[in-house]
Amino acid sequence: MLVKRAELLRQVRQFFYERQVMEVDTHLLSQFGVTDCHLSNLTTEFKYPLPSANEKLYLQTSPEYAMKRILAAYKHDIFQLSHVVRDDEVGRFHNPEFTLLEWYRVGYNDNQLIAEVAELITELSDAPGTKVITYQHAFIEYLGEDPLTASGVESIRQRLIEQPALSDWMSRETDEDTILQVAFSEFIEKRFPVEVPVCVTEFPQSQAALAKIDKRDPRVARRFEFYYQGVELANGYNELSDPAEQRVRFEKDNEWRKKNGLAAQPEDTRLLAALESGLPECSGVALGFDRLLMVICGAKTITDVLPFSIDTA
Amino acid sequence: MANYSTSEFKGGLKIMQDGEPCSIVENEMVKPGKGQAFNRVKIRKLISGKVVEKTFKSGESVEGADVIELELSYLYNDGEFWHFMNNETFEQVPADEKAVGDAEKWLVEQDVCTLTLWEGKPINVQPPNFVELEITETDPGLKGDTAGTGGKPATLSTGAVVRVPLFVQIGEVIKVDTRSGEYVSRVQK
Repeated sequence: MLVKRAELLRQVRQFFYERQVMEVDTHLLSQFGVTDCHLSNLTTEFKYPLPSANEKLYLQTSPEYAMKRILAAYKHDIFQLSHVVRDDEVGRFHNPEFTLLEWYRVGYNDNQLIAEVAELITELSDAPGTKVITYQHAFIEYLGEDPLTASGVESIRQRLIEQPALSDWMSRETDEDTILQVAFSEFIEKRFPVEVPVCVTEFPQSQAALAKIDKRDPRVARRFEFYYQGVELANGYNELSDPAEQRVRFEKDNEWRKKNGLAAQPEDTRLLAALESGLPECSGVALGFDRLLMVICGAKTITDVLPFSIDTA
Repeated sequence: MANYSTSEFKGGLKIMQDGEPCSIVENEMVKPGKGQAFNRVKIRKLISGKVVEKTFKSGESVEGADVIELELSYLYNDGEFWHFMNNETFEQVPADEKAVGDAEKWLVEQDVCTLTLWEGKPINVQPPNFVELEITETDPGLKGDTAGTGGKPATLSTGAVVRVPLFVQIGEVIKVDTRSGEYVSRVQK
């Protein structure tokens, strides 16, 4: 397994060298965390306070903000293979510390980047061509419901309540995104063909994360996800570059956090400053390196492809 | 009873569901990269024995079940209750028919059984994996037969019926696996 891992690391780097994408390695310890509603930073305390920094430091859940600062400054294609850390995540597909492959392409829209992700997966795992489907069509094809209308979401909620395993809390659930996310896991993801990678595009705008909203159809965002052999592999965006809109998203996250009993998180002012100075038109994606290795090796759990998992680290 | 958050879920944890104490068999965290996490859990209902699947929203809490497991030795049956004793405290615990269930046919005096107690009352009795019981009834076997030819039914002193090899006779003591109800070997007295 270690040999396979080393080989894949080399192949990934080779893939980007061939395309003149520059490797960067940004910090793991940061003065800011994320406001993301469903991510939680592990924090640590620095015993020798810096004049400019808090004692509390955040372990990065992804190198996204740092890489965007580099993009804003140098406007260059970049990739990174880095360890990231997320609290509350452990299981068959989760280890609190894992390796993320993240890259950004200047001047690419999301469709161009989707083609490149598909190329990378095919080249490294011998997968056949990727099936691309919009979020809305995935729901219509696999469930016969439209996730972009209020009546559709209500009907999806009813379908979930009919499941004995879910009825308890789904009958009281009012958050539309939660309903859609659970339905996606329960009904959609499970029905994807396993033999080809599947790319889901145009997520609802309420799940835009850091993607641009579609100009023609404001109900959806230019966000995509890759799934392969039952595993969520990658998440990407045509990147939001408007600092005002970025600030609104931070605020929305924090409102949601407060409403749901979570602590609001400080907004990363350095990311906002980088966007103010001008992020080039670009698309970016983060791909779970360990999960890709799992798929290639046919491993059952992430523990099988890590040198040491959290239980033995 | 304390409440447990989904982050404390693990195999063996006892929780209340649908008014019944349950034990978690399997817990899998499902977490989209950008989205609500939840726990897909297999639970065994401890009274009915049924295994069901439940999905919990991560971060929610569920009521714990006041369930303990005790190793107690079987004493006797008074016609209504089966009595067990804690060999350290000598405290006696009566279990009713519902709790004993199918375990009845494997209960041998002084054998140590695992009793599951909910709010102090036995709800399940698990016999030892192997018990030794005397054969009270079986057809006489044919001479020269050896194990592996299909065997014959034999009734044991507790009323249990198991298949035994043809050479095993009335009055002999045999070892039985209580999980499968299968004959293991003869026991030399």
